[in-house]
Amino acid sequence: MPEPGALLVAADAAGTTLPVFLDPELASRMQFGWTISVHILFAALSIGLAPFIVYFTYREVYGDAERYTHLREFWLKIFAVGFVMGTVTGIPMSFQFGTNWPRFAEVSGELIGGPLAFEAKMAFFLEAVFLGVLLFGKGRVSDRQYVLSSVLVGVGAWLSGFWILVVNAWMQTPRGYELVQRNGMEVAQLTDPAAAFLNPRFPWMYVHMMNASVIAVALVVAGVSAFFLWRERESDAWLSALRVAVVILLITAPFQAVHGDAYGRHVEETQPQKFAAMEAHYETGSADLHLFAIPKEPSAITDPRADNLWTISLPGLGSYLAAGDFDEPVQGLNEYEENPPVAIVFWSFRFMVGLGFLFIGLALWGGILAWRRSLTDSDRYLQATMLASPLGFAALVTGWYVTEIGRQPWVVQGVLRTENAVSTGLTSGQATATLVGFVVLYVLLIGAFLYVVKLIVETELSRVEGRETDPSVWRRVPILGRVAGGEAE
Amino acid sequence: MRGVAEASALDGSAAASPTPLLVPDEYLFDGLPEFWFALVLGTLAAYVALDGFDFGVGMWYATRDDEHDREQFLAAFGPVWDANEVWLVAFGTTLLGAFPAAYAALLSEHYLLALGAVAALLFRGVAPELREQREDQRWRRACDRLFVAGSTLSPLLLGTLVGSWVFGTGTLSLPAILTGVGLIALSLTTGAAYLAVKTAAPLRDELTRYGQFATAGYLAGVVVLLAVLFALDPRGITTDLLSAPVLAIVLGSVGLGVGGVALARRERHREWFASTLGLAVLLGLLVAVLLYPEVYPATGLTVTDAAVSPIALNLMTILGLPVLVLVGGYFVYLYSVFGGTVESEGYGG
Repeated sequence: MPEPGALLVAADAAGTTLPVFLDPELASRMQFGWTISVHILFAALSIGLAPFIVYFTYREVYGDAERYTHLREFWLKIFAVGFVMGTVTGIPMSFQFGTNWPRFAEVSGELIGGPLAFEAKMAFFLEAVFLGVLLFGKGRVSDRQYVLSSVLVGVGAWLSGFWILVVNAWMQTPRGYELVQRNGMEVAQLTDPAAAFLNPRFPWMYVHMMNASVIAVALVVAGVSAFFLWRERESDAWLSALRVAVVILLITAPFQAVHGDAYGRHVEETQPQKFAAMEAHYETGSADLHLFAIPKEPSAITDPRADNLWTISLPGLGSYLAAGDFDEPVQGLNEYEENPPVAIVFWSFRFMVGLGFLFIGLALWGGILAWRRSLTDSDRYLQATMLASPLGFAALVTGWYVTEIGRQPWVVQGVLRTENAVSTGLTSGQATATLVGFVVLYVLLIGAFLYVVKLIVETELSRVEGRETDPSVWRRVPILGRVAGGEAE
Repeated sequence: MRGVAEASALDGSAAASPTPLLVPDEYLFDGLPEFWFALVLGTLAAYVALDGFDFGVGMWYATRDDEHDREQFLAAFGPVWDANEVWLVAFGTTLLGAFPAAYAALLSEHYLLALGAVAALLFRGVAPELREQREDQRWRRACDRLFVAGSTLSPLLLGTLVGSWVFGTGTLSLPAILTGVGLIALSLTTGAAYLAVKTAAPLRDELTRYGQFATAGYLAGVVVLLAVLFALDPRGITTDLLSAPVLAIVLGSVGLGVGGVALARRERHREWFASTLGLAVLLGLLVAVLLYPEVYPATGLTVTDAAVSPIALNLMTILGLPVLVLVGGYFVYLYSVFGGTVESEGYGG
């Protein structure tokens, strides 16, 4: 193992070559950011898909079995693969608190450890046990138990969101603790559980994230349904699925915009620095709201400031949003010694909001067509819906970038800096090696997931189009659950 | 430690409400930290017992060439492995919640080992899922290899991590590696017993034979580990090794192992499987006895030092304990739904 520090210094002296090994803190941040970005996709898939699974299962058991059996089977397969991916990407996730961020684990362990343990005990067990029943238990347990299992899987998914956001909300607006000396270190001690766990940020976050997950999955359900309908207009089952997705989008997409607006006001009150970064607002004073921004020159991409952007702005509206008053001064970034990477936060925020409005448009379009009972008549609508299917996840991830990168340089706002949270014993070599390993591994995992989804879709397509299933593509096999619903009943 | 915080409403202590939630700020009872120490190792024992047999299934899988046998193995493993793996998350988060300093030290001082173990687990979980997606033989063989490798490396690395925790001085050592090898043998034992419950003759008879070898291997492994510990005497552990509880656990393991073999020969597979789970529980108990009163021996951190404050631990007790009882209920339900043999249940091949 060469001395990594020396390598870094040599590289800096040369000034041209990239260092072979990254600084442990930087590598740890990249690794955590990368693994959690991938994991959140699968976590959100579980949260958003669970209500759909409950609905399809219920309709199958207590209604139109013929129509809903295939929908339930199809989405359950997707859910199952997504859940396995969520598990295997999630375990390295939680281990990193100890391996890469032991200071964070120690300083805030008393506050975050409890909720994380509750997440495992209350949520993950529920989800994993009853998913086993859903996948393998059709026809082996009573119909009532089967439907109940689907509900419990959903409850598990939504509870896991609850507890993990309790943790994250505490990191944004820490409450209910005091700093004490323990084992030669200043750590946070829990003094008031109610204040700590139901802190000001939590309800905002929970509503926003659960709703975002439902939107993301509804877009996927709509896109997949659109694909099947585009290939086979007469598929009643997939028309039902598209209808459900459109109705859900009509409710959730506008709600997200209204809720997000109020949420922004709360962020300005509790994390003014983050809010300023979201708006690239440097000078304390009346803030304009940039609805839309285009960089005038390349430098504006990395350094978005009002004078090197073409913006469509509403003067003073930033102040109005933040405080309900057009002249209210909004804290600027120049007030702080150290700021988060403004460009990433600024552009991520715009990307997320822009997509949010796109989803509202798409929802209204679908709503009008559904009202006229002509959802399958418009090729253009079906194509747009297909194209939009991954965008909900894109908005969700960039939303998290606003939240997490916007909190920098703090890992726990005002309590612990990110640079002080990282392991002191970690070498550059180790950190870089695992970073590369996780990047390669998770890219392969995403590839594998998409490949499996492709096979599931192809199989369903041959069924929808009434072709014989090509046995080389798909066989009903134990691991994905013996599909008794289609044959035995 | 603390950077210059902006003085604002963000100061948590200032914002604390005058009436904390009704959680007493003294430990609910005197030995609460010790109780949680036992619970942490209890979740570890549950993990070693349950996911251990999943590893065993994955390793015995390598002995099957016949597609039908392989599918039976995968069907036996399918409905339960993911739920079993959650015990690892439960263990890690409970350790973090009750003894954050120990969690931080254990994982950061075994960086590559810990992340290597979770990577191995990842392969173990994904491989069977991918295998089923294509009929293509070459594809399936590749996935099978991944599955076997993941199922072998997971207990090896996790066992080494546990061994390094108990015997360690923060660096890799021979006793730690031997613990990893021991966990492989134990997983082979529990895995063979589980598969014997889930399959029918002649496959079952073959597995029963394998299980007896695995049991002998595990007991031999324990003896070798003890011998090495006496020879090396890491952190003066030999005095602990001669204590009554340790001797009782070792003798108990031998008794369970031999008794299990006898049960297996009489074709009482369920009781045999239960006895192998007992071996895993005894192993958890042994870890607890050897660690106590420390929770992280390498730094001399004791249970009392590392435990979180009374309010936090009481809250974990009030909210977490009843849920743990519920979890037990889920598992009873899961294993009663999938309790018979793979063939009779028809969720296999």
